[in-house]
Amino acid sequence: MRSTIKYKLLNGLRRVAILLLVVWTVVSLVTILIELVPGDPAVAVLGEQATPEQFAQFRARHGLDRPPFFFSFPRDVQGARHFTWHGAHNRYTDYWTGVLHGDLGSSFRTDRPVVDLVLERYPATIELALAALLFAVAIAIPLGVIAGTHKGTLIDNTASVVALLGISLPSFVIGPMLVYLFAVKLGWLAPSGRFDWSDIILPAFTLGAALSAILTRMVRSSVIEEMGEDYVRTARAKGLSERKVVYKHVLKNGLIPVVTILGLQLGVLLAGAIITEKIFGWPGLGLLLVEDGIAKRDYRVVQGCVLIISVTYIFANSLTDMVYRWLDPRIRVS
Amino acid sequence: MNRLTIIGLVIVSILLIVAIFAPWIAPHDVGATNLAMRYLPPSGNFWFGTDSTGRDIFSRVVFGARISLQVGIIVVGVSAFIGTILGALAGFYGGWIDRIVSGYVFNVFLAFPGLLLAIAMVAFLGAGLNKLILALCIIGWVGYARLIRGQVLKVREYDFVQAARALGANDLRILLVHILPNAIQPLIVQASLGMAGAVLSEAALSFLGLGVPPPAPSWGVMIEEARDLSTLQAAPHALIFPGIAIVLTVLAFNFIGDGLREYLDPRQRRR
Repeated sequence: MRSTIKYKLLNGLRRVAILLLVVWTVVSLVTILIELVPGDPAVAVLGEQATPEQFAQFRARHGLDRPPFFFSFPRDVQGARHFTWHGAHNRYTDYWTGVLHGDLGSSFRTDRPVVDLVLERYPATIELALAALLFAVAIAIPLGVIAGTHKGTLIDNTASVVALLGISLPSFVIGPMLVYLFAVKLGWLAPSGRFDWSDIILPAFTLGAALSAILTRMVRSSVIEEMGEDYVRTARAKGLSERKVVYKHVLKNGLIPVVTILGLQLGVLLAGAIITEKIFGWPGLGLLLVEDGIAKRDYRVVQGCVLIISVTYIFANSLTDMVYRWLDPRIRVS
Repeated sequence: MNRLTIIGLVIVSILLIVAIFAPWIAPHDVGATNLAMRYLPPSGNFWFGTDSTGRDIFSRVVFGARISLQVGIIVVGVSAFIGTILGALAGFYGGWIDRIVSGYVFNVFLAFPGLLLAIAMVAFLGAGLNKLILALCIIGWVGYARLIRGQVLKVREYDFVQAARALGANDLRILLVHILPNAIQPLIVQASLGMAGAVLSEAALSFLGLGVPPPAPSWGVMIEEARDLSTLQAAPHALIFPGIAIVLTVLAFNFIGDGLREYLDPRQRRR
């Protein structure tokens, strides 16, 4: 018994360590990637015509006048490279200090704190991801159960082909087509924006379509697998109706792998939301990243968005893992 | 062989032919704009109609196949190659290589949304086909490495490997002749699904403006250009044809991957 507790503790610590390692890598990545920007960010933002004073002021304001990392290999007059130590006052530690103080720098374009920009947009993205998730589950569970309990029939084959089609239909194809159908042709829904409650229907459907296809396949194969188990025979022998067997017994066990996929997919939805938000002009983090960050070369905004999306993704995954362990005691023990 | 797999193989073969012989198949110049001929519906002269600047959509879809397959083949080839080497070394030798590859790289890379990483890299490096391919390779190899590592760990323990070792075979021979051929089957499945993924990612990044710059006929760029409301109203075919091209391509590679998986895994075949 004591060894189990010790094992659990060690395992928990290992998980926390990995989580910290992942977060460290993500923060390091966004700080280091900005150094790969070809040319000078100051020139990209201010333009070639700016005066040297303007450039100097811009660099000082955004900490770009500091060395990029702890050390570098600058060329000397003869062109040879020498190792130079810059000490702890560099852009890498600056960004880390900021992150630990809840400060992601300020926008190169508007000077507004990136944290404020991100927080403004965060709820819209979460709202979209959750709506897509709900929509996907609402379609996938009934469809998967029907396909799984009617294995090999026409219903099953149709559901499987529809599911495969759904997986192969990328959001940037299905989204504009929905806009054409429901906004341009029928005029039922707005083509973009987030003003009315109905504005979420098309983006949620677009973002959730692929997930609902994946889930349908999962539920189907899970149901087929569980239907062959002994407890199903027992339940049937007890005289339970087929409906009860499926919904009370099979589905309960069959949903365990589905929950994992669901959690992992929540992260995928967050990343996929970038494209969906662009299609529908949905004012979330993705649109902030693409329109305010990448298109305007506002690299501070890009850093902030990538960081926040990644960290949300990582925590969604860890949370799933915990729920999974809690749901299935077999994994907890082994 | 499953019927869907054959359909997939046929579609992929047609795509390859189209991509290779694109200059002979395309009836019009891909870049030639003609505002007098914009928004034309599909006809005998313009099979898929024309877009908002009067370019022939059929020719652009044909040349788009080149970009898609080129990206897919390079990305899958390079990622599978690097992934196989690192995965095999990690699985075979264990020790510190394994601890770095499986302990750190797998955990970190797989805890991170691949598409976002690709978007971030291209956003900082600047848009372009080569940078897009580089980014997709960097996120792509990890999946292959993990797969091969697992396979090698399993095959390593088989009796014939012990036998080869007893006969005095060196590590390289054991790895290349005895282990890898027995470990590589799932890689083919993964590579086929990986082609679908790479084609999708290329189109997605191009759609976001991070791939091939706009005059190029990438399917993702074509969709992005066709989705503004005036073009949708006047020429929905400008959206539909490149859309169908992407979906068919992805579907075909998924069919092949699924078929191969079923074929190679008898447990699934019985079902």
